[in-house]
Amino acid sequence: MPGTLIVAEVQKGEIKKAAYEIASKAKAMGGEVAAVIVGSGVAALAPNLAKFGADKIFVVDAPDYKDYVTEAYVQAVAAVVDKVKPSVILVAASAQGKDLTPALAARLKVGSISDVVDLNLEGAKVVAKRPMYAGKAYVMVEAAADPQIISVRPNSFSAKEAAGAGAVENVAVALDASKIKIAVKSVEIAATKEPDQTEAEIIVSGGRGMKGPENFVMLEELAKVLGPTATTGASRAAVDAGWRGHSYQVGQTGKTVSPNLYIAAGISGAIQHLAGMGTSKVIVAINKDPEAPIFTKADFGVVDDLFKVIPALTAEVKAIKG
Amino acid sequence: MNSVVCIKQVPDTETLIKIDGSGTGIVTDGVKWVMNAYDEFAVEEALKQKEKAGSGTVGIVSLGPDRAIEAIRTALAMGADTGVHIADADFYAKADPYATAAALAAAVKGLQFDALWVGKQAIDDDCGQVPAILGEMLGLPVVTMVIKFEAAGGKATVTREIEGGQAVLEVPLPAIFSAQKGLNEPRYASLPGIMKAKKKPVDVKKAADLGVSQAPMTTIKSMTLPPARQAGKKIEGDDAETKAKALAKALHDEAKVI
Repeated sequence: MPGTLIVAEVQKGEIKKAAYEIASKAKAMGGEVAAVIVGSGVAALAPNLAKFGADKIFVVDAPDYKDYVTEAYVQAVAAVVDKVKPSVILVAASAQGKDLTPALAARLKVGSISDVVDLNLEGAKVVAKRPMYAGKAYVMVEAAADPQIISVRPNSFSAKEAAGAGAVENVAVALDASKIKIAVKSVEIAATKEPDQTEAEIIVSGGRGMKGPENFVMLEELAKVLGPTATTGASRAAVDAGWRGHSYQVGQTGKTVSPNLYIAAGISGAIQHLAGMGTSKVIVAINKDPEAPIFTKADFGVVDDLFKVIPALTAEVKAIKG
Repeated sequence: MNSVVCIKQVPDTETLIKIDGSGTGIVTDGVKWVMNAYDEFAVEEALKQKEKAGSGTVGIVSLGPDRAIEAIRTALAMGADTGVHIADADFYAKADPYATAAALAAAVKGLQFDALWVGKQAIDDDCGQVPAILGEMLGLPVVTMVIKFEAAGGKATVTREIEGGQAVLEVPLPAIFSAQKGLNEPRYASLPGIMKAKKKPVDVKKAADLGVSQAPMTTIKSMTLPPARQAGKKIEGDDAETKAKALAKALHDEAKVI
Protein backbone atom coordinates (compact mmCIF):
# COMPACT_ATOMS: atom_id res chain seq x y z
CA MET A 1 0.00 0.00 0.00
CA PRO A 2 1.38 3.39 -0.97
CA GLY A 3 1.65 6.12 1.61
CA THR A 4 -0.86 8.46 3.13
CA LEU A 5 -0.21 12.02 4.25
CA ILE A 6 -2.48 13.47 6.87
CA VAL A 7 -2.77 17.19 7.49
CA ALA A 8 -2.96 17.75 11.25
CA GLU A 9 -4.78 20.91 12.27
CA VAL A 10 -3.88 22.85 15.39
CA GLN A 11 -6.45 24.94 17.20
CA LYS A 12 -5.99 26.78 20.48
CA GLY A 13 -2.53 25.27 20.90
CA GLU A 14 -3.65 21.67 20.53
CA ILE A 15 -3.85 19.15 17.75
CA LYS A 16 -7.50 18.64 16.94
CA LYS A 17 -9.11 15.33 17.77
CA ALA A 18 -10.18 15.05 14.12
CA ALA A 19 -6.48 14.89 13.17
CA TYR A 20 -6.01 11.82 15.37
CA GLU A 21 -9.10 10.29 13.79
CA ILE A 22 -7.68 10.57 10.26
CA ALA A 23 -4.24 9.41 11.46
CA SER A 24 -5.89 6.31 12.93
CA LYS A 25 -7.76 5.66 9.70
CA ALA A 26 -4.56 6.10 7.67
CA LYS A 27 -2.78 3.63 9.96
CA ALA A 28 -5.63 1.13 9.58
CA MET A 29 -5.44 1.39 5.77
CA GLY A 30 -1.80 0.25 5.92
CA GLY A 31 1.29 1.68 4.26
CA GLU A 32 3.43 4.47 5.58
CA VAL A 33 1.66 7.27 7.42
CA ALA A 34 3.17 10.73 7.19
CA ALA A 35 1.73 13.76 8.91
CA VAL A 36 2.22 17.46 8.39
CA ILE A 37 1.62 20.09 11.00
CA VAL A 38 1.69 23.78 10.09
CA GLY A 39 1.66 26.70 12.51
CA SER A 40 3.67 29.00 14.73
CA GLY A 41 5.11 27.39 17.86
CA VAL A 42 3.61 24.00 17.06
CA ALA A 43 6.77 21.85 16.90
CA ALA A 44 6.34 20.52 20.44
CA LEU A 45 2.99 18.99 19.49
CA ALA A 46 4.48 16.75 16.79
CA PRO A 47 5.25 13.68 18.96
CA ASN A 48 1.55 13.36 19.83
CA LEU A 49 0.88 12.30 16.25
CA ALA A 50 3.24 9.32 16.60
CA LYS A 51 0.90 7.89 19.24
CA PHE A 52 -1.83 7.65 16.63
CA GLY A 53 0.22 5.97 13.96
CA ALA A 54 2.34 8.63 12.24
CA ASP A 55 5.63 7.20 11.00
CA LYS A 56 6.98 10.54 9.82
CA ILE A 57 5.94 13.93 11.07
CA PHE A 58 6.82 17.01 9.06
CA VAL A 59 6.74 20.25 10.97
CA VAL A 60 6.40 23.58 9.21
CA ASP A 61 6.80 25.98 12.10
CA ALA A 62 7.29 29.70 11.47
CA PRO A 63 5.72 33.01 12.51
CA ASP A 64 4.28 33.25 8.97
CA TYR A 65 1.73 30.63 9.96
CA LYS A 66 0.47 32.24 13.15
CA ASP A 67 -2.90 32.95 11.58
CA TYR A 68 -4.46 30.71 8.98
CA VAL A 69 -4.05 32.17 5.50
CA THR A 70 -5.08 29.82 2.71
CA GLU A 71 -2.22 30.62 0.33
CA ALA A 72 0.53 30.28 2.96
CA TYR A 73 -0.84 26.98 4.25
CA VAL A 74 -1.28 25.65 0.70
CA GLN A 75 2.37 26.42 -0.04
CA ALA A 76 3.51 24.76 3.20
CA VAL A 77 1.52 21.58 2.70
CA ALA A 78 2.35 21.43 -1.02
CA ALA A 79 6.07 21.55 -0.13
CA VAL A 80 5.62 18.51 2.13
CA VAL A 81 3.52 16.72 -0.51
CA ASP A 82 6.45 17.22 -2.86
CA LYS A 83 8.79 15.48 -0.39
CA VAL A 84 6.46 12.64 0.62
CA LYS A 85 4.73 12.00 -2.71
CA PRO A 86 1.76 10.36 -1.00
CA SER A 87 -0.92 8.59 -2.99
CA VAL A 88 -3.60 9.63 -0.50
CA ILE A 89 -3.96 12.90 1.44
CA LEU A 90 -6.46 13.12 4.30
CA VAL A 91 -7.56 16.41 5.83
CA ALA A 92 -10.19 16.85 8.54
CA ALA A 93 -13.26 18.59 7.09
CA SER A 94 -13.28 21.29 9.75
CA ALA A 95 -13.95 24.91 8.76
CA GLN A 96 -10.23 25.31 8.06
CA GLY A 97 -9.94 21.93 6.34
CA LYS A 98 -12.84 22.75 4.04
CA ASP A 99 -11.06 25.92 2.98
CA LEU A 100 -7.63 24.33 2.60
CA THR A 101 -8.49 21.05 0.85
CA PRO A 102 -9.87 22.29 -2.50
CA ALA A 103 -7.20 25.01 -2.66
CA LEU A 104 -4.43 22.44 -2.11
CA ALA A 105 -5.96 20.08 -4.67
CA ALA A 106 -6.28 22.86 -7.25
CA ARG A 107 -2.61 23.79 -6.68
CA LEU A 108 -1.65 20.17 -7.30
CA LYS A 109 -3.96 20.13 -10.35
CA VAL A 110 -6.07 17.25 -9.08
CA GLY A 111 -9.59 16.92 -7.72
CA SER A 112 -10.64 16.35 -4.15
CA ILE A 113 -13.52 14.63 -2.40
CA SER A 114 -15.31 16.69 0.25
CA ASP A 115 -16.68 15.79 3.66
CA VAL A 116 -16.23 12.03 3.46
CA VAL A 117 -17.82 9.82 6.15
CA ASP A 118 -16.25 6.49 5.21
CA LEU A 119 -13.46 5.27 2.97
CA ASN A 120 -12.21 1.94 1.75
CA LEU A 121 -9.30 0.84 -0.34
CA GLU A 122 -9.86 -1.11 -3.53
CA GLY A 123 -6.30 -1.87 -4.62
CA ALA A 124 -4.59 1.51 -4.72
CA LYS A 125 -7.90 3.36 -5.18
CA VAL A 126 -9.80 4.95 -2.37
CA VAL A 127 -13.55 4.63 -2.62
CA ALA A 128 -15.00 7.41 -0.51
CA LYS A 129 -18.53 7.63 0.81
CA ARG A 130 -19.97 11.11 1.18
CA PRO A 131 -23.35 12.68 1.76
CA MET A 132 -25.15 14.85 -0.78
CA TYR A 133 -28.28 16.95 -0.29
CA ALA A 134 -27.16 17.38 3.35
CA GLY A 135 -27.46 13.64 3.93
CA LYS A 136 -30.65 12.86 2.00
CA ALA A 137 -28.43 10.66 -0.19
CA TYR A 138 -24.95 9.14 -0.11
CA VAL A 139 -22.56 8.63 -3.00
CA MET A 140 -19.47 6.51 -3.50
CA VAL A 141 -16.79 8.61 -5.21
CA GLU A 142 -13.38 7.89 -6.72
CA ALA A 143 -10.63 10.27 -7.72
CA ALA A 144 -9.05 9.89 -11.15
CA ALA A 145 -5.45 10.54 -10.16
CA ASP A 146 -2.97 10.54 -7.27
CA PRO A 147 -2.73 12.15 -4.86
CA GLN A 148 -6.30 11.28 -3.95
CA ILE A 149 -7.22 14.20 -1.71
CA ILE A 150 -10.02 13.69 0.74
CA SER A 151 -11.50 15.81 3.49
CA VAL A 152 -12.97 13.63 6.22
CA ARG A 153 -15.89 14.68 8.35
CA PRO A 154 -14.98 14.74 12.05
CA ASN A 155 -16.43 11.88 14.16
CA SER A 156 -16.40 9.51 11.16
CA PHE A 157 -13.58 7.38 12.55
CA SER A 158 -12.45 6.84 16.09
CA ALA A 159 -9.02 7.94 17.22
CA LYS A 160 -7.18 4.82 18.36
CA GLU A 161 -3.75 4.88 19.88
CA ALA A 162 -1.31 2.81 17.79
CA ALA A 163 2.33 3.77 17.80
CA GLY A 164 4.00 4.84 14.58
CA ALA A 165 7.74 5.31 14.04
CA GLY A 166 7.30 9.02 14.74
CA ALA A 167 10.41 10.48 13.09
CA VAL A 168 10.11 14.27 13.25
CA GLU A 169 11.51 16.44 10.50
CA ASN A 170 11.44 20.22 10.45
CA VAL A 171 10.77 21.64 7.02
CA ALA A 172 11.75 25.18 6.10
CA VAL A 173 9.44 26.34 3.33
CA ALA A 174 10.54 29.26 1.18
CA LEU A 175 7.20 31.05 0.96
CA ASP A 176 6.44 32.86 -2.28
CA ALA A 177 5.22 36.03 -0.58
CA SER A 178 4.17 37.59 -3.87
CA LYS A 179 1.26 35.16 -4.01
CA ILE A 180 0.06 35.95 -0.50
CA LYS A 181 -2.36 38.80 -1.16
CA ILE A 182 -4.52 38.48 1.92
CA ALA A 183 -3.64 40.22 5.18
CA VAL A 184 -5.25 39.11 8.44
CA LYS A 185 -6.38 42.19 10.38
CA SER A 186 -7.88 40.50 13.40
CA VAL A 187 -9.06 37.11 14.62
CA GLU A 188 -11.73 36.74 17.23
CA ILE A 189 -12.36 33.32 18.71
CA ALA A 190 -14.73 32.78 21.62
CA ALA A 191 -12.92 31.65 24.74
CA THR A 192 -15.38 28.78 25.18
CA LYS A 193 -14.06 25.25 25.18
CA GLU A 194 -17.27 23.99 23.58
CA PRO A 195 -16.52 21.83 20.55
CA ASP A 196 -17.83 22.79 17.12
CA GLN A 197 -21.19 21.18 16.29
CA THR A 198 -19.56 19.04 13.59
CA GLU A 199 -17.12 17.59 16.12
CA ALA A 200 -19.26 17.40 19.24
CA GLU A 201 -20.26 13.99 20.60
CA ILE A 202 -23.45 15.37 22.10
CA ILE A 203 -25.62 18.19 20.72
CA VAL A 204 -28.55 19.74 22.55
CA SER A 205 -30.54 21.59 19.90
CA GLY A 206 -33.45 23.98 20.19
CA GLY A 207 -36.14 25.05 17.73
CA ARG A 208 -39.16 27.28 17.49
CA GLY A 209 -40.52 25.67 20.66
CA MET A 210 -37.80 27.44 22.66
CA LYS A 211 -39.93 30.60 22.32
CA GLY A 212 -37.06 33.06 22.62
CA PRO A 213 -33.28 33.54 22.76
CA GLU A 214 -33.19 33.77 26.56
CA ASN A 215 -34.39 30.17 26.93
CA PHE A 216 -31.33 28.70 25.21
CA VAL A 217 -29.50 29.12 28.53
CA MET A 218 -31.44 26.06 29.60
CA LEU A 219 -29.95 24.03 26.74
CA GLU A 220 -26.48 25.38 27.49
CA GLU A 221 -26.84 24.20 31.07
CA LEU A 222 -27.86 20.73 29.96
CA ALA A 223 -24.93 20.61 27.51
CA LYS A 224 -22.60 21.68 30.30
CA VAL A 225 -23.60 18.85 32.63
CA LEU A 226 -23.33 16.39 29.74
CA GLY A 227 -19.61 17.14 29.63
CA PRO A 228 -16.89 18.85 27.57
CA THR A 229 -17.78 16.99 24.36
CA ALA A 230 -21.30 18.46 24.37
CA THR A 231 -22.48 21.63 22.71
CA THR A 232 -25.70 23.32 21.63
CA GLY A 233 -27.35 23.62 18.23
CA ALA A 234 -30.43 25.20 16.71
CA SER A 235 -33.00 24.67 13.99
CA ARG A 236 -33.34 27.02 11.06
CA ALA A 237 -36.51 28.48 12.60
CA ALA A 238 -34.57 29.50 15.72
CA VAL A 239 -31.72 30.97 13.66
CA ASP A 240 -33.99 32.85 11.26
CA ALA A 241 -35.83 34.30 14.27
CA GLY A 242 -32.49 35.71 15.36
CA TRP A 243 -32.36 33.66 18.58
CA ARG A 244 -29.06 31.95 17.73
CA GLY A 245 -26.20 32.73 15.33
CA HIS A 246 -26.00 30.85 12.04
CA SER A 247 -22.97 28.88 13.24
CA TYR A 248 -25.40 26.96 15.47
CA GLN A 249 -27.76 25.95 12.66
CA VAL A 250 -28.12 22.24 12.00
CA GLY A 251 -29.66 21.19 8.69
CA GLN A 252 -29.50 21.68 4.95
CA THR A 253 -28.47 25.34 4.99
CA GLY A 254 -26.48 24.89 8.17
CA LYS A 255 -24.23 22.16 9.49
CA THR A 256 -24.63 18.44 8.92
CA VAL A 257 -23.83 16.66 12.17
CA SER A 258 -23.44 13.11 13.34
CA PRO A 259 -22.99 13.04 17.12
CA ASN A 260 -23.48 10.07 19.45
CA LEU A 261 -26.44 11.81 21.03
CA TYR A 262 -28.69 14.47 19.48
CA ILE A 263 -31.33 16.01 21.71
CA ALA A 264 -33.97 17.97 19.76
CA ALA A 265 -35.97 20.26 22.01
CA GLY A 266 -38.95 22.05 20.52
CA ILE A 267 -37.90 21.11 17.00
CA SER A 268 -40.72 19.84 14.78
CA GLY A 269 -38.38 18.09 12.34
CA ALA A 270 -38.60 19.71 8.90
CA ILE A 271 -37.07 17.61 6.10
CA GLN A 272 -34.07 20.00 5.92
CA HIS A 273 -33.36 19.53 9.63
CA LEU A 274 -33.79 15.75 9.56
CA ALA A 275 -31.31 15.57 6.66
CA GLY A 276 -28.72 17.41 8.72
CA MET A 277 -28.86 15.22 11.83
CA GLY A 278 -30.32 11.93 10.60
CA THR A 279 -27.10 9.98 11.04
CA SER A 280 -26.77 10.78 14.74
CA LYS A 281 -26.33 7.57 16.71
CA VAL A 282 -29.09 8.25 19.22
CA ILE A 283 -31.81 10.86 18.69
CA VAL A 284 -34.00 12.19 21.48
CA ALA A 285 -37.04 14.35 20.70
CA ILE A 286 -38.76 16.49 23.29
CA ASN A 287 -41.88 18.20 21.97
CA LYS A 288 -45.37 19.04 23.17
CA ASP A 289 -46.86 18.05 19.81
CA PRO A 290 -47.14 14.24 19.55
CA GLU A 291 -47.59 14.60 15.76
CA ALA A 292 -44.23 16.37 15.24
CA PRO A 293 -42.31 14.57 12.42
CA ILE A 294 -39.19 14.48 14.59
CA PHE A 295 -40.77 11.61 16.58
CA THR A 296 -40.66 9.35 13.51
CA LYS A 297 -36.84 9.53 13.60
CA ALA A 298 -36.26 9.63 17.35
CA ASP A 299 -34.96 6.67 19.34
CA PHE A 300 -36.50 8.17 22.45
CA GLY A 301 -39.46 10.51 22.37
CA VAL A 302 -40.84 12.60 25.19
CA VAL A 303 -44.21 14.23 24.54
CA ASP A 304 -44.30 17.00 27.10
CA ASP A 305 -43.43 20.60 27.84
CA LEU A 306 -39.72 21.07 27.21
CA PHE A 307 -39.62 23.87 29.78
CA LYS A 308 -40.31 21.23 32.43
CA VAL A 309 -38.46 18.29 30.86
CA ILE A 310 -35.11 20.01 30.16
CA PRO A 311 -34.44 21.33 33.70
CA ALA A 312 -35.52 17.97 35.18
CA LEU A 313 -33.25 16.16 32.72
CA THR A 314 -30.36 18.46 33.61
CA ALA A 315 -30.83 17.69 37.32
CA GLU A 316 -31.08 13.98 36.61
CA VAL A 317 -27.94 13.88 34.44
CA LYS A 318 -26.11 15.78 37.17
CA ALA A 319 -27.21 13.15 39.68
CA ILE A 320 -26.13 10.26 37.42
CA LYS A 321 -22.74 11.81 36.74
CA GLY A 322 -22.32 12.38 40.47
CA MET B 1 -18.12 48.45 -8.54
CA ASN B 2 -18.40 45.62 -11.05
CA SER B 3 -19.24 42.16 -9.87
CA VAL B 4 -19.79 38.77 -11.44
CA VAL B 5 -21.76 36.12 -9.58
CA CYS B 6 -21.59 32.40 -10.36
CA ILE B 7 -24.86 30.71 -9.51
CA LYS B 8 -26.28 27.20 -9.66
CA GLN B 9 -29.82 25.97 -9.99
CA VAL B 10 -30.53 23.23 -7.43
CA PRO B 11 -33.52 21.27 -6.10
CA ASP B 12 -35.49 23.18 -3.47
CA THR B 13 -34.59 22.05 0.06
CA GLU B 14 -38.10 20.56 0.48
CA THR B 15 -37.27 17.99 -2.20
CA LEU B 16 -37.64 14.35 -1.28
CA ILE B 17 -34.65 12.65 -2.90
CA LYS B 18 -35.22 9.51 -5.01
CA ILE B 19 -32.52 7.70 -6.97
CA ASP B 20 -32.89 7.39 -10.74
CA GLY B 21 -32.37 4.37 -13.02
CA SER B 22 -28.67 5.10 -13.55
CA GLY B 23 -28.03 4.61 -9.84
CA THR B 24 -25.79 7.67 -9.70
CA GLY B 25 -28.27 10.53 -9.86
CA ILE B 26 -31.66 11.64 -8.62
CA VAL B 27 -35.13 11.51 -10.13
CA THR B 28 -35.76 15.03 -11.41
CA ASP B 29 -39.47 14.67 -12.27
CA GLY B 30 -41.51 16.91 -10.07
CA VAL B 31 -38.47 18.61 -8.57
CA LYS B 32 -38.89 22.33 -7.92
CA TRP B 33 -35.70 24.04 -9.12
CA VAL B 34 -34.48 27.16 -7.38
CA MET B 35 -31.37 29.29 -7.15
CA ASN B 36 -28.92 27.80 -4.62
CA ALA B 37 -29.60 29.49 -1.26
CA TYR B 38 -26.00 30.63 -0.76
CA ASP B 39 -25.92 32.09 -4.29
CA GLU B 40 -28.83 34.34 -3.33
CA PHE B 41 -26.60 35.93 -0.69
CA ALA B 42 -23.89 36.33 -3.34
CA VAL B 43 -26.26 38.02 -5.81
CA GLU B 44 -27.64 40.30 -3.10
CA GLU B 45 -24.17 41.41 -2.04
CA ALA B 46 -23.13 42.18 -5.62
CA LEU B 47 -26.29 44.28 -6.07
CA LYS B 48 -25.77 46.06 -2.75
CA GLN B 49 -22.18 46.94 -3.63
CA LYS B 50 -23.20 48.32 -7.01
CA GLU B 51 -25.90 50.45 -5.36
CA LYS B 52 -23.49 51.68 -2.73
CA ALA B 53 -20.87 52.65 -5.31
CA GLY B 54 -23.53 54.33 -7.45
CA SER B 55 -22.22 52.70 -10.60
CA GLY B 56 -21.12 49.39 -12.01
CA THR B 57 -22.55 46.17 -13.35
CA VAL B 58 -23.56 42.79 -12.00
CA GLY B 59 -23.09 39.85 -14.35
CA ILE B 60 -24.43 36.36 -13.72
CA VAL B 61 -22.77 33.14 -14.90
CA SER B 62 -24.29 29.71 -14.59
CA LEU B 63 -23.49 26.23 -15.85
CA GLY B 64 -26.45 23.93 -16.22
CA PRO B 65 -28.99 22.41 -18.58
CA ASP B 66 -31.62 24.54 -20.34
CA ARG B 67 -33.71 24.89 -17.18
CA ALA B 68 -30.86 26.80 -15.44
CA ILE B 69 -31.91 29.90 -17.42
CA GLU B 70 -34.71 30.30 -14.84
CA ALA B 71 -32.19 30.82 -12.05
CA ILE B 72 -30.34 33.37 -14.22
CA ARG B 73 -33.64 35.18 -14.90
CA THR B 74 -34.34 35.22 -11.15
CA ALA B 75 -30.99 36.93 -10.56
CA LEU B 76 -31.70 39.39 -13.38
CA ALA B 77 -35.12 40.08 -11.85
CA MET B 78 -33.41 40.84 -8.53
CA GLY B 79 -31.47 43.50 -10.43
CA ALA B 80 -28.43 41.93 -12.13
CA ASP B 81 -27.63 43.32 -15.56
CA THR B 82 -26.44 40.53 -17.81
CA GLY B 83 -26.15 36.75 -17.89
CA VAL B 84 -24.00 34.04 -19.37
CA HIS B 85 -25.59 30.62 -19.53
CA ILE B 86 -23.26 27.73 -20.23
CA ALA B 87 -26.18 25.65 -21.45
CA ASP B 88 -24.53 22.30 -21.82
CA ALA B 89 -26.46 19.37 -20.38
CA ASP B 90 -23.83 16.82 -21.44
CA PHE B 91 -20.91 18.69 -19.90
CA TYR B 92 -22.97 19.44 -16.78
CA ALA B 93 -24.05 15.83 -16.30
CA LYS B 94 -20.45 14.67 -15.96
CA ALA B 95 -18.99 17.77 -14.35
CA ASP B 96 -17.38 17.50 -10.92
CA PRO B 97 -16.28 20.66 -9.06
CA TYR B 98 -13.04 20.83 -11.06
CA ALA B 99 -14.76 20.66 -14.46
CA THR B 100 -17.46 23.07 -13.25
CA ALA B 101 -14.83 25.56 -12.16
CA ALA B 102 -13.03 25.20 -15.51
CA ALA B 103 -16.21 26.11 -17.39
CA LEU B 104 -17.05 29.00 -15.06
CA ALA B 105 -13.46 30.31 -15.19
CA ALA B 106 -13.53 30.33 -18.99
CA ALA B 107 -16.82 32.25 -19.01
CA VAL B 108 -15.68 34.71 -16.35
CA LYS B 109 -12.36 35.47 -18.08
CA GLY B 110 -14.00 37.69 -20.67
CA LEU B 111 -15.83 39.78 -18.06
CA GLN B 112 -14.78 42.86 -16.11
CA PHE B 113 -15.10 42.62 -12.35
CA ASP B 114 -13.75 43.81 -9.04
CA ALA B 115 -15.42 41.02 -7.10
CA LEU B 116 -16.31 37.53 -8.22
CA TRP B 117 -18.98 36.08 -5.96
CA VAL B 118 -19.91 32.43 -5.43
CA GLY B 119 -22.12 30.76 -2.83
CA LYS B 120 -20.05 28.92 -0.20
CA GLN B 121 -21.42 25.63 -1.49
CA ALA B 122 -24.25 24.31 -3.62
CA ILE B 123 -26.84 22.61 -1.47
CA ASP B 124 -27.20 19.69 -3.87
CA ASP B 125 -23.74 18.15 -4.07
CA ASP B 126 -22.43 20.05 -1.01
CA CYS B 127 -18.81 20.02 -2.24
CA GLY B 128 -17.88 23.64 -1.55
CA GLN B 129 -14.84 23.45 -3.83
CA VAL B 130 -15.59 25.77 -6.73
CA PRO B 131 -14.45 29.05 -5.10
CA ALA B 132 -10.97 27.66 -4.35
CA ILE B 133 -10.53 26.08 -7.78
CA LEU B 134 -11.67 29.28 -9.51
CA GLY B 135 -9.02 31.14 -7.51
CA GLU B 136 -6.29 28.83 -8.73
CA MET B 137 -7.48 28.89 -12.34
CA LEU B 138 -7.91 32.68 -12.46
CA GLY B 139 -4.86 33.45 -10.30
CA LEU B 140 -6.93 35.49 -7.84
CA PRO B 141 -7.06 35.48 -4.04
CA VAL B 142 -10.08 33.76 -2.50
CA VAL B 143 -11.89 34.52 0.74
CA THR B 144 -14.47 31.88 1.66
CA MET B 145 -17.35 32.06 4.18
CA VAL B 146 -17.78 35.82 3.94
CA ILE B 147 -20.32 37.33 6.37
CA LYS B 148 -19.41 41.02 5.98
CA PHE B 149 -18.00 42.92 3.02
CA GLU B 150 -16.81 46.47 2.45
CA ALA B 151 -14.91 47.76 -0.56
CA ALA B 152 -12.94 50.99 -0.84
CA GLY B 153 -9.88 52.20 -2.73
CA GLY B 154 -9.30 49.00 -4.69
CA LYS B 155 -9.37 46.88 -1.55
CA ALA B 156 -11.97 44.90 0.31
CA THR B 157 -12.20 44.47 4.05
CA VAL B 158 -14.10 41.29 4.74
CA THR B 159 -15.16 39.31 7.76
CA ARG B 160 -15.20 35.55 7.36
CA GLU B 161 -16.66 32.92 9.62
CA ILE B 162 -14.07 30.65 11.17
CA GLU B 163 -14.42 27.87 13.70
CA GLY B 164 -15.67 29.37 16.94
CA GLY B 165 -15.42 32.96 15.75
CA GLN B 166 -14.54 35.28 12.91
CA ALA B 167 -11.54 36.80 11.17
CA VAL B 168 -11.23 40.17 9.46
CA LEU B 169 -9.11 40.16 6.31
CA GLU B 170 -7.95 42.73 3.83
CA VAL B 171 -7.61 41.75 0.20
CA PRO B 172 -6.79 43.70 -2.97
CA LEU B 173 -9.39 43.60 -5.76
CA PRO B 174 -10.14 41.83 -8.00
CA ALA B 175 -10.70 38.83 -5.79
CA ILE B 176 -13.09 35.93 -5.28
CA PHE B 177 -15.52 35.73 -2.36
CA SER B 178 -17.80 32.94 -1.22
CA ALA B 179 -21.00 33.97 0.53
CA GLN B 180 -22.11 32.48 3.82
CA LYS B 181 -25.52 32.89 5.45
CA GLY B 182 -25.52 36.04 7.59
CA LEU B 183 -23.94 38.22 4.88
CA ASN B 184 -27.23 39.92 4.05
CA GLU B 185 -30.96 39.39 3.48
CA PRO B 186 -31.55 38.60 -0.19
CA ARG B 187 -34.25 40.75 -1.79
CA TYR B 188 -37.22 39.33 -3.62
CA ALA B 189 -37.63 40.04 -7.30
CA SER B 190 -40.25 42.74 -7.84
CA LEU B 191 -42.90 42.47 -10.54
CA PRO B 192 -41.30 45.25 -12.65
CA GLY B 193 -37.98 43.50 -12.02
CA ILE B 194 -39.38 40.28 -13.44
CA MET B 195 -40.72 42.11 -16.50
CA LYS B 196 -37.39 43.88 -17.09
CA ALA B 197 -35.43 40.66 -16.64
CA LYS B 198 -37.08 39.18 -19.72
CA LYS B 199 -35.37 41.81 -21.89
CA LYS B 200 -31.92 41.64 -20.32
CA PRO B 201 -29.22 40.00 -22.43
CA VAL B 202 -28.19 36.40 -21.71
CA ASP B 203 -25.33 34.97 -23.68
CA VAL B 204 -25.91 31.25 -24.27
CA LYS B 205 -22.89 29.07 -24.92
CA LYS B 206 -21.68 25.48 -24.91
CA ALA B 207 -18.57 24.51 -22.95
CA ALA B 208 -16.79 23.88 -26.25
CA ASP B 209 -17.57 27.46 -27.39
CA LEU B 210 -15.50 28.57 -24.38
CA GLY B 211 -12.71 26.18 -25.31
CA VAL B 212 -13.40 24.00 -22.28
CA SER B 213 -13.03 20.24 -22.46
CA GLN B 214 -11.91 19.61 -18.86
CA ALA B 215 -12.61 15.99 -17.85
CA PRO B 216 -13.91 15.48 -14.31
CA MET B 217 -11.28 14.64 -11.67
CA THR B 218 -13.71 12.66 -9.52
CA THR B 219 -16.50 10.28 -10.45
CA ILE B 220 -19.64 9.20 -8.65
CA LYS B 221 -19.80 5.40 -8.77
CA SER B 222 -23.12 4.87 -7.04
CA MET B 223 -25.77 6.61 -4.98
CA THR B 224 -27.78 5.22 -2.09
CA LEU B 225 -30.38 6.50 0.30
CA PRO B 226 -29.53 6.52 3.99
CA PRO B 227 -31.09 3.68 5.98
CA ALA B 228 -34.55 4.70 7.13
CA ARG B 229 -34.78 5.46 10.83
CA GLN B 230 -37.63 3.96 12.75
CA ALA B 231 -39.51 5.70 15.49
CA GLY B 232 -38.19 4.35 18.77
CA LYS B 233 -39.49 4.33 22.28
CA LYS B 234 -42.01 6.76 23.74
CA ILE B 235 -40.94 7.68 27.24
CA GLU B 236 -44.06 7.42 29.41
CA GLY B 237 -44.71 8.87 32.84
CA ASP B 238 -47.23 10.79 34.90
CA ASP B 239 -45.44 14.11 34.67
CA ALA B 240 -42.47 15.80 33.03
CA GLU B 241 -40.14 15.04 35.97
CA THR B 242 -40.89 11.31 35.84
CA LYS B 243 -40.36 11.27 32.08
CA ALA B 244 -37.07 13.18 32.40
CA LYS B 245 -35.89 10.66 34.98
CA ALA B 246 -36.84 7.72 32.74
CA LEU B 247 -35.15 9.38 29.76
CA ALA B 248 -31.89 9.96 31.65
CA LYS B 249 -31.94 6.33 32.79
CA ALA B 250 -32.56 5.07 29.24
CA LEU B 251 -29.72 7.20 27.85
CA HIS B 252 -27.37 6.00 30.56
CA ASP B 253 -28.28 2.31 30.98
CA GLU B 254 -29.76 1.37 27.61
CA ALA B 255 -28.20 3.61 24.97
CA LYS B 256 -25.02 4.19 27.01
CA VAL B 257 -24.47 7.64 25.51
CA ILE B 258 -24.25 9.59 28.77
